[in-house]
Amino acid sequence: MQVHRFEKVWLGAAILLIVGFIATIAYGSVGVGVGMVGDSGGQISAEAVQNSNTGTQFDDPGVVKEDGQYVVYVVARQFQFSPGTGDTPIRVPAGENVTFRVTSADVVHGFSVVETNINTMVIPGQVSEVSARFNEPGTYGLICHEYCGAAHHTMGGSVEVVPPEEYDMQQENIDQSADDAQAQEGADQ
Amino acid sequence: MVFVDSYPKTSKLVRSEFLVSFIALGIGALFGVIQALHRTGVFRGFVSSADYYTILTGHGVLLALVFTTFFIAGLFTWAVANSLERELPQRIAWSAFWIMLTGTVLAAVSIIGGIVGSPSILGHDLEADVLFTFYAPMKAHPAFYIGAALIIVGSWVAGLAYFKSLWDWRSENPGERIPLQTFMVLTTMLMWYVSTIGVAVEVVAFLIPWSLGLIQNVDPLLTRTLFWYFGHPVVYFWLMPAYLVWYTILPKLAGGRLFSDPLARVVFVAFLLLSTPVGFHHQYTDPGIPSGYKFIAMTNTMFLLLPSLLTAFTVVASVEHGARQRGAKGYLSWLRNLPWGKPAFAGCMLAGLMFAAGGFSGMINAGMNINYLIHNTIWVPGHFHLTVGTAFALTAMAISYWLVPQITGKKLKQRSLASVQPYVWFVGMAIMSNAMHRAGLAGIPRRTAEPTYDEFAFEGVAGTVGEMRIQIAIGGFLLFVGAAMFLIVMADTLLARRGGTLSVNSNIPEPLSGADHSPRILDNYKLWTAIALLLIVIAYGPPLASMVADGLFAPGSPPIPV
Repeated sequence: MQVHRFEKVWLGAAILLIVGFIATIAYGSVGVGVGMVGDSGGQISAEAVQNSNTGTQFDDPGVVKEDGQYVVYVVARQFQFSPGTGDTPIRVPAGENVTFRVTSADVVHGFSVVETNINTMVIPGQVSEVSARFNEPGTYGLICHEYCGAAHHTMGGSVEVVPPEEYDMQQENIDQSADDAQAQEGADQ
Repeated sequence: MVFVDSYPKTSKLVRSEFLVSFIALGIGALFGVIQALHRTGVFRGFVSSADYYTILTGHGVLLALVFTTFFIAGLFTWAVANSLERELPQRIAWSAFWIMLTGTVLAAVSIIGGIVGSPSILGHDLEADVLFTFYAPMKAHPAFYIGAALIIVGSWVAGLAYFKSLWDWRSENPGERIPLQTFMVLTTMLMWYVSTIGVAVEVVAFLIPWSLGLIQNVDPLLTRTLFWYFGHPVVYFWLMPAYLVWYTILPKLAGGRLFSDPLARVVFVAFLLLSTPVGFHHQYTDPGIPSGYKFIAMTNTMFLLLPSLLTAFTVVASVEHGARQRGAKGYLSWLRNLPWGKPAFAGCMLAGLMFAAGGFSGMINAGMNINYLIHNTIWVPGHFHLTVGTAFALTAMAISYWLVPQITGKKLKQRSLASVQPYVWFVGMAIMSNAMHRAGLAGIPRRTAEPTYDEFAFEGVAGTVGEMRIQIAIGGFLLFVGAAMFLIVMADTLLARRGGTLSVNSNIPEPLSGADHSPRILDNYKLWTAIALLLIVIAYGPPLASMVADGLFAPGSPPIPV
């Protein structure tokens, strides 16, 4: 087969470009550590999520600390995030690693924190797990970016990132009241 | 001899296929301009925001599925008859047409049901507000799924007519190389057979029985994986016919001939091999799929750039050769010696140019980690309006100016309107797509009636959000005008009386480097199909096996109304 000289040069350049792309992506994953959404979140029954009887933190979604790490449990349903939508923003501290665990109670949704790398599909039966660290305090937009029904366009929310010292103070108050409640329970027994 | 006089039966078939595709284009374009004005907030008087999604479904199905499939059927029918010099087997080809048309009517009626109050038909609400990806567990009327399945089955039968033609030709011409156009058609169809298995299983085995209530649950992850097994190759099903035009007809329109037959065959074989084992790149952000499989899909996707990059070279080289045949000199000044006033030539060239831009934004999408920034933002439709919406659609319109006279024997009418039309489309798309890409960088989502939220406001990264909205609306309106101009030219031509001598014909000049130079192994379909299937087994076998291993219908979801 006869291949023209210019064509060979072009072919070589094209292969170089392709290999270069693959190399930059591999570097982004391995070197910089941009993790992929994978299967680490595991499976869950969408029906149980809908009825809040999964026996997991999804029955009472919100921010919790697990093994010293902040974990945010979010349930997406037509047409809101719990927490996230309206006056229940997701509150996390700046500068800390935060893991989001998101699942759906009904149809396929999206979970995207605007202008960040937090961007995952939310599929009934599956738990999406993404980790991130917010360096800048502030309010970030949260949207469902997959069509999920007639009022899909109303399904948004926000993530409030607060300075760590402020966050710890509030968190302590919450922990304190939790401890009080526990002490109370203990006293009752 | 005019094509219609040589092959009157096949010409009638092509005319029927084009007619359906043009009607779909008209309705789809109308839906498109309604959306462009609605989501940008310029005018929201046509439909409510809830019904916006019905219009969006119609736009996607009519343009991405109906307009494309029927146009491709027409183009392929012509290409096979033209290059094998015979009428197509009529009974098979017409059965294909009627099956696809029945499917189209079923799907279209179900979608339109959504804007006329979803009446109950056969125990199910007549609606299909599920968009053209129809992700379960959102449910449409069973007729929608049955219609979609019939369109696919019809296209399979159409492929049978092309293969039958080859076998008949073979028995009369033993030992001869498959003519290039037929080679391209059949390679595309083999890719199509291999890739449509995914959506066929999804619809026939899962969604139809589920929508009828025969099974309770489907696994949303499994069904969308089967969809995307088909969902990326389908874009090559749109693109390869455009390549057929760019490789075999465009050089002639430029006054020259194709640079290399062997490389054209190599490119098409590469598409057959690599189009399918890449589908996971549409699921980079899906939970439940290990990232290793996504990485494999990413590398395959990047190598899929190769045939397109080779095409860029060959097409430009062939057109340059054409310009030099017309007396052009210099490194770049040959560009001036090309028939930019001829709509068929100008449209194909502008489509190719835009495809280059679309290719670059596609490389961003394919980049597994930078994709996070733009996944499911309006960047993505910005990208595919350059590819299917221009590389395919503008090539289809452009080549119709050249082909419709030959399948009717009628001279092209409204020539001045026709010669401006590709430029209107190009400018409209440049404005709209550029703004969509930039809006995507700001995080503005796709598939939404009102991209504004109570909790926060988007901030433009390059330009302001308000300016992008206006540009999307203006661009969308220009595209509607462009589609209308095309349809006026076509209607006037089709309704005209026959008369005079045509200035175009279907003779395709021999390539500079002909089929004799291309290794015979390139025509070995069995070998290439076997390798294609092997690559699919490697890319899809383990993940599909693990999705099925936990139960075919689990984790399951019952139908949920939208």
